Amino acid sequence: MNNDTLNIGGHKFHSRFILGSGKYSLKLIEAAIRDAGAEIITLAVRRTNTGKQENILDFIPEGITLLPNTSGARNAEEAVRIARLARELGCGDFIKIEIMRDSKYLLPDNQETIRAAEILAKEGFVVMPYMYPDLYAARDLVNAGASAVMPLASPIGSNRGLAAEDFIQILIDEIDLPIIVDAGLGSPSQACRAMEMGAAAVMVNTALATAGSLPQMARAFRQAVDAGRNAYLAGLGRILTRGASSSDPLTGFLRD
Amino acid sequence: MEHTNIKAPQSENQFFIDSKQLPPKALAKKHRLERDPSSRKNHMEYLPGMEQIHSDVCRNVLTQIESYDPSRYTARDVKAALEHNTCTIEDFKALLSPAADPFLEQMAARARLETSRHFGNTVYLFTPLYIANYCENYCVYCGFNCYNHIKRMKLTMEQIEHEMKVIADSGMEEILILTGESRTQSSVSYIGEACKLARKYFRMTGLEIYPVNTDEYRYLHECGADYVTVFQETYDRDKYETLHLLGHKRVWPYRFDAQERALMGGMRGVSFSALLGLSDFRKDALASAMHVYYLQRKYPHAEMSLSCPRLRPIINNDNINPLDVHEKQLCQVLCAYRIFLPFAGITVSSRESAVFRNGIVKIAATKVSAGVSTGIGDHESKYTGKEPAGAKGDEQFEIDDSRSLDAVYQDITDEGLQPVLNDYLYV
Repeated sequence: MNNDTLNIGGHKFHSRFILGSGKYSLKLIEAAIRDAGAEIITLAVRRTNTGKQENILDFIPEGITLLPNTSGARNAEEAVRIARLARELGCGDFIKIEIMRDSKYLLPDNQETIRAAEILAKEGFVVMPYMYPDLYAARDLVNAGASAVMPLASPIGSNRGLAAEDFIQILIDEIDLPIIVDAGLGSPSQACRAMEMGAAAVMVNTALATAGSLPQMARAFRQAVDAGRNAYLAGLGRILTRGASSSDPLTGFLRD
Repeated sequence: MEHTNIKAPQSENQFFIDSKQLPPKALAKKHRLERDPSSRKNHMEYLPGMEQIHSDVCRNVLTQIESYDPSRYTARDVKAALEHNTCTIEDFKALLSPAADPFLEQMAARARLETSRHFGNTVYLFTPLYIANYCENYCVYCGFNCYNHIKRMKLTMEQIEHEMKVIADSGMEEILILTGESRTQSSVSYIGEACKLARKYFRMTGLEIYPVNTDEYRYLHECGADYVTVFQETYDRDKYETLHLLGHKRVWPYRFDAQERALMGGMRGVSFSALLGLSDFRKDALASAMHVYYLQRKYPHAEMSLSCPRLRPIINNDNINPLDVHEKQLCQVLCAYRIFLPFAGITVSSRESAVFRNGIVKIAATKVSAGVSTGIGDHESKYTGKEPAGAKGDEQFEIDDSRSLDAVYQDITDEGLQPVLNDYLYV
């Protein structure tokens, strides 16, 4: 799998496990990097501490790509302001757009996300939008200059897994950008399933952050992501592909 | 003795205290207000200058509490409520009822699950900063009430900045600015200037001040405040009338709509609370949560949170207590809030003990205060032991948990949770 790289906006990664930002701690980041092999770590700009307590920026070793997000933004303008702030803070050019206008379900607002993607892509950001898995919105994000599309699997923090599986599959089939499954993956088996479907990567936070043993769960995710990726590359057997087929041809009775 | 306590039955709080410092005329007015309901203003009528927004939220909340009979619910209703994936209003009513008493442990387990789903293992920390304790209201249970003889004080901008520096040096990044309810002593622009100072030292500034109009909330938002907390105290209007005898606070509906005006004024979030122990706590808990519920539906982008304070003793009256709201009942209310409103923040203040707060952050609470003083201008002496040069103002109520930020931070970490000092950006 050495040649199997994930390409996002011209940047190459070997790992397909991305750490989300909902809950963070030194131990979580250590486990994600060392045991899950993460090369990209999400950072909530609003959570960066300026005070004397632990600062997430201090936890990030060299060679790890920071993916700041715009959580807290309620519209495109706020997301753009947060993205620019992230750049000023020295977080690099990657930006995960997160725009929510609902404090109950924290569902992303696709329309505002597309607007923000357009502005930020023009400003040279590597735009990775978190979105509700809608084909039209995904196409608009491609046109807006996004470098990846990040559909949610199920409501954030719900650990419900791939509730939106069919719609994510459509994005994987139709969109020529990496599809990174974000939000709702509650276990390694769910992450594995997303990778088998052809997702380019998965983003996980809660499932790892709330695990009994962080290093062990991080290893489990690494194995699951690798297994799913290998299965996808190998080409799934017919039983597992969509629409199982009978082993004898249905049309075998035809004579001429 | 400076004050005379008037005897009353054990089941009710004895709030009325006469200060010997009061001039005879003031004392006579106080007694008239206490004894003769006709001497008080109509608590449902707006005073001049108070904005009316004609919202339907109040009617909806009142309809819910008027039809709520906690005794009607059975163990079966409670079990069903705990089995449902989504907690309905009826389920919530069952969880608040006496029938839920034996299910406290199950409720706590479910609440913990919801909390971890929505907030992970994070606990936010903040500290209050009282900048003035002048008050024009006579709320009989409150230490700041205008007839209570306490040391009054209003900090100057220099003093406020000094207090903020001391607090910021402790590592705190979120502050809640409070005043007594006096528009004359603590004007909106005075509070606005304090917010501008707070922006220099803190990442997040909340306000807990007297309710104001939408344009004033907008001004305060522009000065840097982004969260507004208003305690309704009790949603029982008849009881409210007997407790808030004088001043702007007496006007119940103006207070009720404060959060909605704050959101209309551009604030990011609002916080709600009833002071448990004033009236039927189950109904007040129901009303607080329904207030959140209906406003959330109307303003889905807004962040909502609940507090759950109980009555505490005040200076000159150490008999005030939360009556039938014991820790078990408080825990029941908090668990029910969490199950019904999994997305809402829940704050537990230093009115409660360190033991209770350490326990409840593992179940339902998502925010606790630390390094708390409810007095005026005494952070330096409380934080460093150094006596301040100037005078200090008296406290609003007695706190129970006086742990410093470092101590609370350590305790939360020891519980396996993650203390968070800031999760906020002013945009």
